[in-house]
Amino acid sequence: MNILWLQSGGCGGCSMSLLCADTADFPAMLKAGGLELLWHPSLSLASGAELVALLEACRDGRQRLDVLCVEGALLRGPQGSGRFHVLAGTGRPMVDWVRELAQAATHVVAVGSCAAWGGLSATGANPTEACGLQYEDDRPGGLLGEAFVARGGLPVVNVAGCPTHPGWVLDTLMALAAGLLTREDLDPLNRPRFYADQLVHHGCTRNEYYEFKASAEKPSDLGCMMEHLGCKGTQAHADCNTRLWNGEGSCTRGGYACISCTEPGFQDPGHPFHRTPKLAGIPIGLPTDMPKAWFVALASLSKSATPRRVKSNATADHLVVAPAVRKTRLK
Amino acid sequence: MSTRLVVGPFNRVEGDLEVRLEVADGRVVQAHVNAPMYRGFEQMLAGRAPHDALVIVPRICGICSVSQSVAAARALADAAGLEVPVNGLHAVNLMLACENLADHLSHFYLFFMPDFTRPAYAARPWFGEALRRFAALAGEHARAAIAARQRWFELMGTLGGKWPHTGSVVPGGSARAIEAAERLRLLARVRELRAFLETTTFAAPLEEIAALPDEAALQAWHAADPLRGDLRLFLTISADLALHALGRGPGRTLSYGAYPQPGGTHALAAGLWDAATGALEPLDLRTITEDSTHAWLAGDGPRHPAQGHTEPQADKPGGYTWNKAPRLAGRVVETGAIARQLADGQGLLRDAVARHGASVYTRVLARLVELARVLPMMERWLAALQPREPFCAPEHLPDDAEGTGLTEAARGALGHWLRVRHGRIAHYQIVAPTGWNFSPRDAAGTPGALEAALVGVPVAAGESTPVAVQHVVRSFDPCMVCTVH
Repeated sequence: MNILWLQSGGCGGCSMSLLCADTADFPAMLKAGGLELLWHPSLSLASGAELVALLEACRDGRQRLDVLCVEGALLRGPQGSGRFHVLAGTGRPMVDWVRELAQAATHVVAVGSCAAWGGLSATGANPTEACGLQYEDDRPGGLLGEAFVARGGLPVVNVAGCPTHPGWVLDTLMALAAGLLTREDLDPLNRPRFYADQLVHHGCTRNEYYEFKASAEKPSDLGCMMEHLGCKGTQAHADCNTRLWNGEGSCTRGGYACISCTEPGFQDPGHPFHRTPKLAGIPIGLPTDMPKAWFVALASLSKSATPRRVKSNATADHLVVAPAVRKTRLK
Repeated sequence: MSTRLVVGPFNRVEGDLEVRLEVADGRVVQAHVNAPMYRGFEQMLAGRAPHDALVIVPRICGICSVSQSVAAARALADAAGLEVPVNGLHAVNLMLACENLADHLSHFYLFFMPDFTRPAYAARPWFGEALRRFAALAGEHARAAIAARQRWFELMGTLGGKWPHTGSVVPGGSARAIEAAERLRLLARVRELRAFLETTTFAAPLEEIAALPDEAALQAWHAADPLRGDLRLFLTISADLALHALGRGPGRTLSYGAYPQPGGTHALAAGLWDAATGALEPLDLRTITEDSTHAWLAGDGPRHPAQGHTEPQADKPGGYTWNKAPRLAGRVVETGAIARQLADGQGLLRDAVARHGASVYTRVLARLVELARVLPMMERWLAALQPREPFCAPEHLPDDAEGTGLTEAARGALGHWLRVRHGRIAHYQIVAPTGWNFSPRDAAGTPGALEAALVGVPVAAGESTPVAVQHVVRSFDPCMVCTVH
């Protein structure tokens, strides 16, 4: 299965993250997974006129195109002209290239939240009129329109994240190559379910602090970051704390809140990223699937039952009280 | 009689890039560099809560994300009048060095060397060896370098949660304190890259490379075994193609100083190196300006970034890029690893640049020497961490404040200028390394560093994407996504 990978309004970080894939031989892993890079901005030799010829061949059907991967938001401005990104050497807006190539491709994959929804590139006043391939934030549409279906029968597959985990991208591409990605494997936002049906909360090392509502108050504290520091891990769809990042990492393990970067609109939370919005002292963003009354009751109960160890460690940057060692065998 | 050539898209650079060339008698006579995308970060930051910058600015760049975080954290710390504890200094330096060295590795193996595997070089004696080691997605050493890089970035999993776009870098230091046992694991991981570099890249101990005093010593070391290790193969190719004479820089190089140390010094000193006088001049940050005469941006002459302004004007007459023209005291400068090594007085680079100036050869050499010099520093910073002492200072940012955050990204001098009013960001300006290097002409019509470096570069008959032009462009390791923030 061949792949053409293009970048537009973004930082290129999803490509850089991809190269962190956990493998001893990256090109060999691609090959073994049935993936052939027709062209990739960081990895291919072809440049300039060679690439333009390839794009024209894909567009005109002279070159088979199995997967079009787009990284970065689609910049429609100014005034819908697309001139905020004119593809070098072609004099044509990138949005025009993407529209045409999407028609020619068997599958279209949005790599990262910018390509999926607009993402960080669309934050605030969105001066570049950035949008995703088939969404603008959580509204279907985007560059290709709500009705778009690629030749292979799937809508744009949204591998959202900022950046994407290399495993999300590779598992998606390998599933497509094996013919194992169907509509049923996509969630209501067209994200692959294998990672989007998890919550960042799952596997979080701060779960004992969460259970007792023993909360971090400042950066580097070990406690749960939901109550004060803006953490959305109990609501955000992703497997970041079970499929770890760069070895043993994740945002919460790195000492900072989950900002729900896989969700449309995460870039404009309506509050400072690292401050939890509250109503009458209760966080507005409650854990997914949890009724508010239950949360309030459980929180007040668990707060009153917090062990001294958990409470002390929550506001320290290292363990100040270790778990007790019992004098009898564990029962 | 000159012909015009529009070259692009360039790949194996970060982001999109177009270069317009006038060619006469087989040489470039004039070059215009176009950064063909606008992203609007300075507009998007205005009105936000100040600490939102720590989430937003790393996402300017997927390859120098930590550098952007460090500049923002320093601007906020400056505005808050904050001192970072020693552990915090070391932890942030480790993250920054991890990214910078990974970028040097990616540049050499994935972005720069593959161009020597082009069919145009098939007749050169070193071609077969270059192909075997560096062919895109196939070369043995390129593949090994991707694997080494992947293992290397596992440092960031522990130090910063993930890469790119870590949130551990904060104004007070690092939000991720390191325990004693973790420090040992990190040291073991640093030694893995040391082993890769000492086997594959240098085929010599890092300390031996770092201690090379001058070019004569380098040439003797090279002659002893001209194909052993990738630095020697590069030197073989460079000598054959005369890369020392290709892509001459402006002769003045800028470093803000890298890796601040307890006591206020830098591990790699700051300064402006003037190759003509052979003297290091102190920096006067007040003389930094940006001029948007030839950018598609509104402007009324050069402004200091603290008074800078960013407003797109897609139809502006005379505009040919989305990048402003940064100048230091009105003059063009070059920035990058070469500037850091010159400012820091590294013997080999000072000698090589005295002979050849900044060129394709000396730029690449500077990155490799920096790899050999900085990795041992990281071992020392890890050893200096004091587990269970603070990594992060408590912070109070006033509702009205101003700050400047300077750092060295892999590609050179990066600065953020911040003003907070009524608890919100009122002003945010960013001057990125490739903004300096790939600057357009200024109001006086003086071309930027790359524009000047391309003049005289050979273009063979029939070449539409001249390979020598590609060498010069990639020798700067451009980051266009930062440039067009």
